[in-house]
Amino acid sequence: MRLALEPRAERSAAAAIASPLIAIALTLATMALLFALIGKSPFAALWVYFIDPLTDPYSLQEIAVKATPLVMIALGLSLCYLANVWNIGAEGQFLIGAVAGSWLAVKTNGTGAGHWVMPAMLALGALGGALYALIPAICKVKFGASEILTSLMLVYVADFFLDYLVRGPWRDPKGYNFPTTPDFDPVATVPILIEGSRVHAGALVALLAVAAAMLVLGRTIKGFEIKVVGSAPKAARFAGFDAGQLTILTFLVSGALAGLSGIIEVAGPVGNLRPNISPGYGFTAIIVAFLGRVNPIGILIAGLFLALTFIGGEQAQISMRIPLDLTKVFQGILLFYVLACDSLILYRLRLMPGHGKAAHGTP
Amino acid sequence: MARQPMGLLEAIILAVLAASTPLLLAAAGELVVERAGVLNLGVEGMMIMGAACAFAGAYATGSTLVGALCGMLAGAVLSAIFAVLTLGLAVNQVATGLALTILGIGLSGLIGAGFVGEKIVPAPQLYLPFLTDLPFVGRILFGQDALDYFSLALIAAIRWFIYRTRTGLVLRAVGDNHSSAHALGYPVLTIRTFAVLFGGACAGLGGAYLPLAYTPFFIPGMTAGRGWIALALVVFASWLPGRLVAGAYLFGAVTILQLHAQGAGFGIPSQLMSSLPYLATIVVLVVISRARGTMRSASPASLGLAFVPDR
Repeated sequence: MRLALEPRAERSAAAAIASPLIAIALTLATMALLFALIGKSPFAALWVYFIDPLTDPYSLQEIAVKATPLVMIALGLSLCYLANVWNIGAEGQFLIGAVAGSWLAVKTNGTGAGHWVMPAMLALGALGGALYALIPAICKVKFGASEILTSLMLVYVADFFLDYLVRGPWRDPKGYNFPTTPDFDPVATVPILIEGSRVHAGALVALLAVAAAMLVLGRTIKGFEIKVVGSAPKAARFAGFDAGQLTILTFLVSGALAGLSGIIEVAGPVGNLRPNISPGYGFTAIIVAFLGRVNPIGILIAGLFLALTFIGGEQAQISMRIPLDLTKVFQGILLFYVLACDSLILYRLRLMPGHGKAAHGTP
Repeated sequence: MARQPMGLLEAIILAVLAASTPLLLAAAGELVVERAGVLNLGVEGMMIMGAACAFAGAYATGSTLVGALCGMLAGAVLSAIFAVLTLGLAVNQVATGLALTILGIGLSGLIGAGFVGEKIVPAPQLYLPFLTDLPFVGRILFGQDALDYFSLALIAAIRWFIYRTRTGLVLRAVGDNHSSAHALGYPVLTIRTFAVLFGGACAGLGGAYLPLAYTPFFIPGMTAGRGWIALALVVFASWLPGRLVAGAYLFGAVTILQLHAQGAGFGIPSQLMSSLPYLATIVVLVVISRARGTMRSASPASLGLAFVPDR
């Protein structure tokens, strides 16, 4: 007897909804095992990770703050993945967006500039991220270079560039040699949404982006083109859809969203430009896109869930001395299970008679 | 026995060779994986796990060999997860490779946390009386550690395997057209599984080289994108094993020369110099991809495509 995959005649709708839930359940079980292995009570650890943050108002606000960049980046990435284009350099586009917008904040710092500064910063951030994403897109379309590798290499380059700026020309002269720019002026800051909390207007931008993505994918020709190019390239060619143009478009949009979330992050919760502004949002967003089944509403829920893992991970580190790296392990395992369960939407696992060898081999 | 003082050029060449070896080891494994038609993007994750487990093994036993074996085992175990998903469940290879990297980085941080700040004895270097003492070429040719020589032997072995053995021929057939290979009765998924495991062990060994021979300690994230550069090297080499050596030395040279340039100053921001290996990777990818039509290449036709055998 052996296990084999059997293609389903149609995508299973039940499996499509059940798959992320099964994946989460399996991940939790695996995590419990890991906790036990490092000598912590699985039940207590899971409680601190996943339940405690939900019962505390401060943590709930932090979840909204952390989910904002995750959801925005993942929405852009989902367009790429739908079109079967692999932008995995969102982390770099996030950083460059933060840099591009911060340029204006640094230049206008202390000059008494008006309220136009913040919207202009957001526009610059989106533009910076989009242009940075354009590099791998053009390398792909014009020269056929793998966008996976080029977009990822640019993450390292963006990291060094940001580091150079905050240690060199943009460093706050009054900052005691810390590598940060001066704190942004109030006109260069994203306003707080709920008084006395850290929830900022960026959360609204993320919700708007979810609505826009639903509209584009569900109601426009471009959204349709993206889906056809990704799922049926041959049909797309017959229909005259330009795959190269769509590659550039999806990279531009995802870069703009990543860049916008980057500038919102520094002009909001962080307050100035400095190294380590991202705990890996650009990479975690890849998981969000898959867990959310490349669907805008799904991505919103998945973004909140992964934000919960960041917060829970921090709390578990403080209260139970569980290493912070466990959060990354958790995220990696989750993505594995999500991908494995997704396979069950397209295939059915069957027990086959016979052994390892293909059935049609020579007798 | 006292060694002669080294000239700068000799020192640079030695450093370039050392910087190239981990790239060469990881890229050699990935080349075999890709010739079998599988794209495993998890090289970075397998390398960093190889580095962490190799350090743990060498620290516990004091033996470089045990460390290297631990590194290979770690890489192979991670690649086994990849094989179950992409080959067993026909999951998208790009996404699974990314998951492998995320998991590997997290797990290595977890394993390595207890070892940060600890030191091990670095891998011994070959010493042959007279030969190693030859001026200039002595240390370069006869004074390396075992993994340096092994990486070159590995390339020779892979060349022989791919082009001179029957199994190598089948492996290439599987990578170029899995449906035809299956129709001819070749076990596509079995061959791919072995290729993926081999690639994992090689990536783990490449990562193991870093704490065992390059720097005798473990730092979280010490692979610093070398796994991704190894993936780019396979493209650079147009999937031909011989060209991997040239590519690895080229990237090793960029890494070392930017370090020397940083030391010398020149008024160039150090961050720009540090970005050079990554920028060079992009430039090389563009140039090679552009030239693909005109130069010899062995790009496997079924690369990255899932295969579900019919009955």
